[in-house]
Amino acid sequence: MSPVVWVPCDAAARSVGADAVADAFAAAGVTVRRNGSRGMLWLEPMVEVETERGRVGYANVEPSEVDALLAGALDGTDRCLGVVDEHPWLTRQHRVSFARVGVTEPTDIAAYRAHGGLAGLERALTLTGEQVVAEVTESGLRGRGGAGFPAGIKWDTVRKAAADLKFVCCNADEGDSGTFADRMLIEGDPFTLIEGMTIAAVAVGATEGFVYLRSEYPHAIRTLRRAIDIAYAHGVLGGSVLGSGHRFDLDVRVGAGAYICGEETSMLDSLEGKRGEVRAKPPIPALQGLFGQPTVVNNVLTLSAVPMVLADGGAAYAALGTGKSRGTQVFQLGGNVARGGVVEADFGISLRELVEEYGGGTASGRPVKAVQVGGPLGAYLPPAKFDLPMDYEAFAAADAMVGHGGIVVFDDSMDAGAMARFAMEFCAKESCGKCTPCRVGSTRGVEVIDRIRAGTQREANLVLLDDLCTTMTKGSLCAMGGLTPMPVRSALEHFPEDFGVAPATADAVTDDMPESATSTDGGARP
Amino acid sequence: MRQRGPSPAPAPAPADPERAASVRSIAEELSGVRGPLLPILHEVVETHGFVHDDDVPVIAEVLNLSRADVLGVVSFYHDFRRTPPAAHRVALCRAEACQARGAEATYASAADRWAGSTEVEVGEVFCLGNCALGPSGTLDGTLHARLTPDRLDALTEEWAR
Repeated sequence: MSPVVWVPCDAAARSVGADAVADAFAAAGVTVRRNGSRGMLWLEPMVEVETERGRVGYANVEPSEVDALLAGALDGTDRCLGVVDEHPWLTRQHRVSFARVGVTEPTDIAAYRAHGGLAGLERALTLTGEQVVAEVTESGLRGRGGAGFPAGIKWDTVRKAAADLKFVCCNADEGDSGTFADRMLIEGDPFTLIEGMTIAAVAVGATEGFVYLRSEYPHAIRTLRRAIDIAYAHGVLGGSVLGSGHRFDLDVRVGAGAYICGEETSMLDSLEGKRGEVRAKPPIPALQGLFGQPTVVNNVLTLSAVPMVLADGGAAYAALGTGKSRGTQVFQLGGNVARGGVVEADFGISLRELVEEYGGGTASGRPVKAVQVGGPLGAYLPPAKFDLPMDYEAFAAADAMVGHGGIVVFDDSMDAGAMARFAMEFCAKESCGKCTPCRVGSTRGVEVIDRIRAGTQREANLVLLDDLCTTMTKGSLCAMGGLTPMPVRSALEHFPEDFGVAPATADAVTDDMPESATSTDGGARP
Repeated sequence: MRQRGPSPAPAPAPADPERAASVRSIAEELSGVRGPLLPILHEVVETHGFVHDDDVPVIAEVLNLSRADVLGVVSFYHDFRRTPPAAHRVALCRAEACQARGAEATYASAADRWAGSTEVEVGEVFCLGNCALGPSGTLDGTLHARLTPDRLDALTEEWAR
């Protein structure tokens, strides 16, 4: 019998040649199946061969090695990973949302069901909307997009709103650098998201849903569209969800390259066919969201946690995690990291365990200088802070944020001053322009940081930068302008030397202009 | 993908009647979906490569919007390019995770190599979701990882001819 070989179809695996490897196996006459990625991205293309012991993995397989691999030439070398399910990098994790990613074929709905899929939706259909929302509230599930708002409270607001038409919108505009879990989940196990959205729709009485998926993810778009077609064909979506009489129609809408559309109100305007400009709140989207109707807006990972919450009960999910951060979080290790990929773990895991034990330090082999947690709007943290537990409140107390769980590692060649400047520059480029602190503040921020780095009236400009950051934080309409100061301030706090500022006191700075040269009109222009 | 300095931006010739008919047909076909403007613009770019200024009044008429409304949306989003694409397109990620692995050197090398080229355009993109294997980029739409300047040169060797 010809062996069965699994080759990931995940975009990351494809980016290092997985398609050519799959073609080579097919040419060699073996049965090729395409799974999602297990998330051990440094090993991609990671091929799995079915054996009596289980699926045995092989790392970094090249098309030219296919015959040798099938003949057993890689067995016993460090390229052979043994049974993948027993790999310590995976067994140490606690995969809930990612339980099926990398295991099954993404659009095989029979396999989805065989691996526990649809149990949550089936149970939800036996409950009232109020009971479903109560389960989600009890689970302690909080928004995984970054803000951490309790999902149950949001859902209950939509459920109680009286309206003929309600929507469920999934925010899959995963624009934050260092985050790729939404993409991997959609490419690897799209039915989980579809099931989670359907449960949300049943709970709140919504009949239409949209997934706003970014155009930079073409593979995810294709996979999700195919999965939605299959879900319709199997009665999971459509006029009567699993025969329950509930209608739920779901469609994919593709973003158009605007970072700001990851902000929920901007995403809603974009879905309506407008410029993706941020709305003032109130009204909140739960009451007046898409086309003015009550709307649930949740991130991919929030909605993907819902099937498990319903299948096993809210209490089981709430038993995981720490403090007010319940359940698991899908952390993503990226940037200059030796072992990058997806680590799903209970909240409370330390940054050190993620960066050093899972990540194995830098890819370059040089010392870690900093990590940025939570995307481009998250703080830069030095190794001295690595004992922080991954927990919304603990991070907030340290002037940082968990965000979407992305962790970007930098080695000691990183220039924190340049990264701070980049944060402001990116905000200036991608600001929707609606509010002044973000639109103008970010441009002025680039200029002020340039002056500080050039040593021009450094002390006065540091004061000005601090003032500017406060204005942006307190005066911006949304998180883009409001959080851009976070990477800037954290970079300055932890790496002042990269701004030409001495760590302890400013006395050591010699190229600064004398204080008498500082303008006295409150400005700090050179 | 957004174009920057080294990329060519030839002014598009006036659109022909055939194109106007095609754009009208795309707009009419999608006008029934909720929030149809973005799906229509995506389809126009997919079919014709870019949004021509002359497409704007056609779409506006079908959707009963002002030309300013349509143009405002076109100009807001990076994806709705308003000039024809070059024969080959490089889009390199310049976001933080790829910067941590040397994306700036790759970008500088590519921008320098194809400066003034009308055949190859170099653009920047902010995150392709391939953050563990950077620097990432797309070559004619296909995602590639670990794009050092040398690897980019090797992958695009044929383009130099």
